[in-house]
Amino acid sequence: MRLIKNKIEHGGSGEVTLCPEEPEDMWHAYNLIRPGDLLRASAIRRVTTVQDTGSTSSARVHLNLVIRVKNLDFDPQSSQLHVSGQIINETAHTKIGQFHTLDLELNRNFTLEKEVGADGEGVGWDSVAVEQLKDAVDEGGKRRAEAVAVVMQEGLAHICFIGQFQTIMKQKVEMSVPRKRQGGGDHDKGMNKFYRVTLETLLRQMDFNTSITSGTNTDGVRPVLLASPGFVAAGFHKYIQSEAATTTPGLKRLLPSIVVVHSASGYLNSLSEVLQSPAVKTLLADTKYARETKLMDDFLDQLRKETNKATYGPREVESAVDQGAVGRGGGVLLVSNKLFRSQDVAERKRWVSLVDRVRDVEGGEVRVLSSDHESGKRLEGLGGIAALLTFPVVDEDLDSDAEN
Amino acid sequence: MSRHRVKAVGYDDDDFEDDDGYVSPDPEEQEFLQQCTASVQAELRAGQPAVTATTQEIHDALWHYYNDIEKSVNYLRGKKEKELKKTQAPAAQKNKGQMGLLVPGFPAPIPDDSNISVTEFFRDCPWLNVPAHRKADILIQPLYPRLGLLGGAPEAGGKMSKLAALAAARKKKESEKSTGIPETPSTPRPSERAEGQTPKPSDTPLSLSERLAASKLSKTSESSGGLRRLGKACTSTSSPARRPSAPVPSKSPVHAEPERDSEPAEQKAAEAAPEPEQVVPSIRAPPSTFASVILGSTAGPTVAEPSHVKSTNVDILEIYGQQHAEPFDFTGPSPDDVVMNAQSTAKGFKAKPSTSKTAGGQKGQADIAGGMKDLSVEEKVTVKSKNLDVLAEYGKSTRKKSANFVVIGHVDAGKSTLMGRLLADQGAIDRRTLDKYKIEAEKIGKGSFALAWVLDQGSEERARGVTIDIATNKFETENTSFTIVDAPGHRDFVPNMIAGASQADFAVLVIDSSVGKFESGLKGQTKEHALLVRSMGVQKIIVAVNKMDAVQWDIERFQEIEQQISAFLTTAGFQPKNISFVPCSGVLGDNITRRSEDPKSAWYQGRTLIEELETSERFTHALDKPLRMTIGDVFRGGVQTPLSISGRLDSGSLQMGDQILIMPSGESALVRSVEVDGEPSDWAVAGQNVVLNLANIDPIHLRSGDVVCRASAPIKTTTTFTTKVLAFEHLMPMQVDVHRGRLHVPGRISKLVASLDKASGATLKKRPKVVAPGTVARVEVELDQAVPLEAPTRVVLRAGGEYSGRGFIGIKFPCMKRAILHQRQGVKTCRFVVGSLFIRSKSSMLNMMEKRKRL
Repeated sequence: MRLIKNKIEHGGSGEVTLCPEEPEDMWHAYNLIRPGDLLRASAIRRVTTVQDTGSTSSARVHLNLVIRVKNLDFDPQSSQLHVSGQIINETAHTKIGQFHTLDLELNRNFTLEKEVGADGEGVGWDSVAVEQLKDAVDEGGKRRAEAVAVVMQEGLAHICFIGQFQTIMKQKVEMSVPRKRQGGGDHDKGMNKFYRVTLETLLRQMDFNTSITSGTNTDGVRPVLLASPGFVAAGFHKYIQSEAATTTPGLKRLLPSIVVVHSASGYLNSLSEVLQSPAVKTLLADTKYARETKLMDDFLDQLRKETNKATYGPREVESAVDQGAVGRGGGVLLVSNKLFRSQDVAERKRWVSLVDRVRDVEGGEVRVLSSDHESGKRLEGLGGIAALLTFPVVDEDLDSDAEN
Repeated sequence: MSRHRVKAVGYDDDDFEDDDGYVSPDPEEQEFLQQCTASVQAELRAGQPAVTATTQEIHDALWHYYNDIEKSVNYLRGKKEKELKKTQAPAAQKNKGQMGLLVPGFPAPIPDDSNISVTEFFRDCPWLNVPAHRKADILIQPLYPRLGLLGGAPEAGGKMSKLAALAAARKKKESEKSTGIPETPSTPRPSERAEGQTPKPSDTPLSLSERLAASKLSKTSESSGGLRRLGKACTSTSSPARRPSAPVPSKSPVHAEPERDSEPAEQKAAEAAPEPEQVVPSIRAPPSTFASVILGSTAGPTVAEPSHVKSTNVDILEIYGQQHAEPFDFTGPSPDDVVMNAQSTAKGFKAKPSTSKTAGGQKGQADIAGGMKDLSVEEKVTVKSKNLDVLAEYGKSTRKKSANFVVIGHVDAGKSTLMGRLLADQGAIDRRTLDKYKIEAEKIGKGSFALAWVLDQGSEERARGVTIDIATNKFETENTSFTIVDAPGHRDFVPNMIAGASQADFAVLVIDSSVGKFESGLKGQTKEHALLVRSMGVQKIIVAVNKMDAVQWDIERFQEIEQQISAFLTTAGFQPKNISFVPCSGVLGDNITRRSEDPKSAWYQGRTLIEELETSERFTHALDKPLRMTIGDVFRGGVQTPLSISGRLDSGSLQMGDQILIMPSGESALVRSVEVDGEPSDWAVAGQNVVLNLANIDPIHLRSGDVVCRASAPIKTTTTFTTKVLAFEHLMPMQVDVHRGRLHVPGRISKLVASLDKASGATLKKRPKVVAPGTVARVEVELDQAVPLEAPTRVVLRAGGEYSGRGFIGIKFPCMKRAILHQRQGVKTCRFVVGSLFIRSKSSMLNMMEKRKRL
C-alpha cells in the first residue's frame, strides 16, 4: 500500500490517503477502516432519473463519494473489500443520507478519515491504528514473496497462499480415493486422478503458465510447499516430475521451487507444523508469520509446563497486566487483531489502552497477531488474547462464576 | 388505454391477414357463393311471407352458417319478418334479437378453425389410414353447449336477460372490430367426426390473436353489428380467420336435408378432378422414427392413398391442392422439403429410402430402444426385499463363532509379516502365490518382506516396505472364523489404524524384541496404539513378542518385555487376565501355528498364537439397536456392482433390498446386494464386516467416515459436543483432529469445562487453563463441519505434530448425555454445562434455571 497523503493530527483526528497495490492491501484496509470512519473513494453508481412523462432512464455515473462507514464486508478469497455506509457529501446525483457500498479497488486511491468525537464517539488514529497503518504501508519494503502451500492427505488437498499477514485457503480438493483392497483395486488409479486434479487446481490458482514459450524464467514462481502425512506429498512431487518430463515441459520451471515437508494431517491446522519445518524456515526466514508462530509455540510451551508464566483469556490477561507481570524482561502480550475489529467503540478502547499500557508503561512487548494466519487462529481459540509473563501468576478462579 | 390496445390488436390482425395472402377472393369460392345466394333468395321468396334480402345480407348469413342454405333462409326470414313488423326501428330490433342470442352466459365463442384438424395433424401417422369401410362413426359431444347462432338455427338459445341486453347495447357502440367467430356446430357433422375432427379450435398460425380477440369479444360483448361487418369483410376477402369456413362446398356441414344429396355429388366431382394430378406421396413427410418403430416402417409412406381421399369426408385442402388458399400446414413438410422430395422422386430415388427403411427397420428399432435407454437420466433399480426377519435368521444360522482382531504395534515390528505367516500356515494363501511374492520381493531386494506382501497389496506399500492402510483378510480354524485387520504402524497412518481398530473385537500387539527396537517402539506407536485400542473399547489384548529368533530366544529378554508391557497395559486400563504374551518369530513361523522346534525356545510351553486367538469368546453386538455402519471405503466393485461400500456394522442389521440413508449427506440408497466376509449373503448383522452394493445413489454422496442408517432412525449430525476425556497430553483450547473409525475431521477444543476426578467424576476445578496428561476432563469440542456423531460413542482427539512431531492423544470416553443435552437446549444449556453444575437431566436443568430466575 502506498501512502499518498498523511494528515494525522496530534489529537488523533485526521485523514490519510492510501493506494492499495496488491490484494493483501485490501486486508490491511479491512483492518484500518472501522465503522464510524469517513471514507472517500470513487464509486460508480447507477442513477435513475424519472422524466416528466413518467418514463425512467438509468445511467451509471462516476462519482467521488464520502460515506460514513456502517459495515465492512471482506472476502479473503478474492481480496475484495466492500464498505457500506451513508453518503455524507452532496453530489449532483446523490442525496445526503443515501446508502452506498463502496468497492475499494486496487490502484485507486481512497481517503480514510478518523475523528475523535467530543463525546468519545470515535477513537481516531490510536496507537494500534497507527501501527496497522505502518504495517500496511510497509516503509521498509521488507515484504517477502508469499508461498503457496498444498496440505494434503489421501483424497484431500488444501491449497493455500501464505502471505505476510494472511493465509488464504484458496481451494480445497476433495475426492474419494478407493482404499487398497484384497487383490489390487483402484487405489493407484484413484491416487493418480487425485494428483492430476490437484495439480490442475494448483496451477490454476497460481496462474502458472505451463506453455513452453514462457521460457526458463523462474522469477515469478513462488515457493510451493507440499505437505502431507506419509507419502502423499512425495507421490505428488513425483507426479509433477513425471508430468514435467513427459507431457508438460513448462512445469520444469516449477520444480526447483517445490519443497516437500511433513505434516500430521491434510487439514489446515497442521499448517503450523509445516511452517516450523526446517526446510520451510530457510525459505521463509523471519517473516512475520514465522515470528508469530514461534511466539505462539513458546506460549503453549509455557502453558504446558504449567509454570504459571503464561495465561490467556481477556480477564486473566488484564489481571496479569494489573499485577505488572507483562512488563520488561520477557513480558509479551499477544493480541489477535480481531479484537480491534470490534464494532463496539468501548471494546476497542479497552484493548487499545491495554496495548498502550503494556508497551508504554510496563515496557513489555506487544504482538498483534493476524487472525487470518494459523497462529492467530490458535490465539483466537484462547480468547483472542494471551500473555507470556515475567513471573508466575497464580490465577484465582476469578470468574468461573461470573460467567454463569 | 384498453381501447388503444384493442385497436392495436385489430391492426395487427389486419397486417397479418394481409401478409397471409388470403386477401383476394377465390374465384371458385365466389362462384359457389353466388350459387348459394341464388338458392337462398329463391327460398326466401318462395317462403310464406315472401321476403327479400340484400345480397350482402345473404352472404353474411351464409357465411355464418357455413353455407347452410336452410339455416340461412331460416335466419333471414325471421329477421325480415321482424323488420317488417317493426318498421319504426328496424335496426335496433335487429340488433336486439341478435344480441339476445349472442350474449348467452357461455364462454367466449370459439373460433372454429378446423382447417388444421386432428386428421390433418396426424396426417403422417399411418395409424390414421384406416380404410373407410372399417371406420366407425364416432360421435363426440361438443365441448361447449351449442350456440344458437344469430337466432337462425331452429334450436336457438333462450331469451337473454335484460342486463345482458343492456350491456350488449352499450358495448355495441364501441365495438369496431372483432375477429372472434362463434362456433356453430349446430348439428353434429358425422362425417367430420368420424375422421376424428372435433369442434374444438385447433392451432393455426393465427390462433393466438384470434383467441385474444375472442376473449376480448366475450369481455366486451361485441355487438352483432361488429360481427356482421366482420362477416362481410370475410366473405369478400376470405380472411384467414375464416379460412376454415370459407364458402367452399366440401366444408359445408352435411345436413340430413334434401340439399345434402346434391352437395356430396359436387364434392365427389371436385374430388375426382384434382386427385390424379396430386403427387400425394411426395409431399408427405416420411413417418417419424417414433411412428415407424411403433407400427413398422412400411405402414407409413408406402400407403399411396391418403386417408382423406378415401374417407367419406373431403378435405378441402386436398381438393385445392397447392393452391394459394391453402393454409400452410406447419406440421407437414416445409415447401423446400416438398420440392426436394418431389425431385428425388422424379429421379427415381423414391423407392430406395422406403426399401432401405424396411430393411433397416429391425435395426432401427433396436437403435432407438438403445437410445431411449441412454436418454433416461437415471435408471432406477429395484431389488425385491425378501423381508426376512434378520435376527431370526441370524439365530438360526450355524455360522462359526467369528472374531475380528486388529494387529497393532510400532512400525517394523513385523505385524504384516506375522499375519502373512499366520495366513500362509493356515492355508488361507496358497503356496504358489507365496512363491510369487517371494520372487518379486527378492527382485527389489526386500526378500524378507515376502510374507508381508500377503497383506501389503498396494504398490507403494511394497515399494517402501511399509504398511500404509489397513488390510483385512480372513482365515478359519476349526471353530472360529477370524478376520484380521492389519494396521499400519507408522505414526503418519495412525488415522488408518484408528479405522482398523474400530472394527476389532480384540487386539494383537506385536512387539519387536530385538535390542533397541523394543525400547524405541515403547516410546513410539507401541504405546500410542495400545492406548488407542483400549480407549476404543478393546478389552482383550494378546502381546506377540516377535523376532525372538533375533535375540536367540532369550528368556530374560522376554521376561523383561513382559514385565514392562504388562505394567504399561495395566495402567492403560487392561485387566491383567485379558493380557497374554506369546514369544514368537513371524519370519520363521515359530509359536504361531506350530510350536517352535528351536531347542533354545524350549522354555516356553504356553499356547501358540493361534491357540491364544481361539480362546477369544464370542462377542456380542447390539443387534437390536438401530442400524449404524461407518463407511470404510467407497469403491467400484465391478461391472455388476458399480458402487460398493464396505465397513463393519456397528449395530442393527440389514438385508438385501433395504432402503438406507447416508448421513450427513442425507441421501438414500438401495442395498442391491450384501456380502459378508466376501461371500454373498441376504442379510448382515452387527459385528460383521460387510460390503454393500448400492444402487440409486450418486457416489458423490458417499465418503468414507459417513454413516449408514435408516430413515426411520437417522443418526443426528452435530458440530459441537461435550465429552469427557482422558488426556494423554496437555489439553488446552486448541485445534485437534477428531477420529471415530474412518471419520476424521478437524475441530477444536473450544472450552475446557472442568477437570474431573478420575475415580468419582467429581469436578476438581472449573475452567482449568490447561489439562495435564493423565487427568480426566470435560471439554467442549467444535467441529468445522457437521458430522454424524451420537451418544454413546467413543471418539479420539488427536493433535498432530506439534514441533516435537509426536502426536498426542486425548482419549475420550463417551460424549453422550452431555452432548445430547447440549443440542437440545441450545446455547443456554451450554452455559450451564460449562459451569459443570452436574446437571443430569433436562428436568433438573429446568429447575436450575427456574431457581436462577427467581433469584
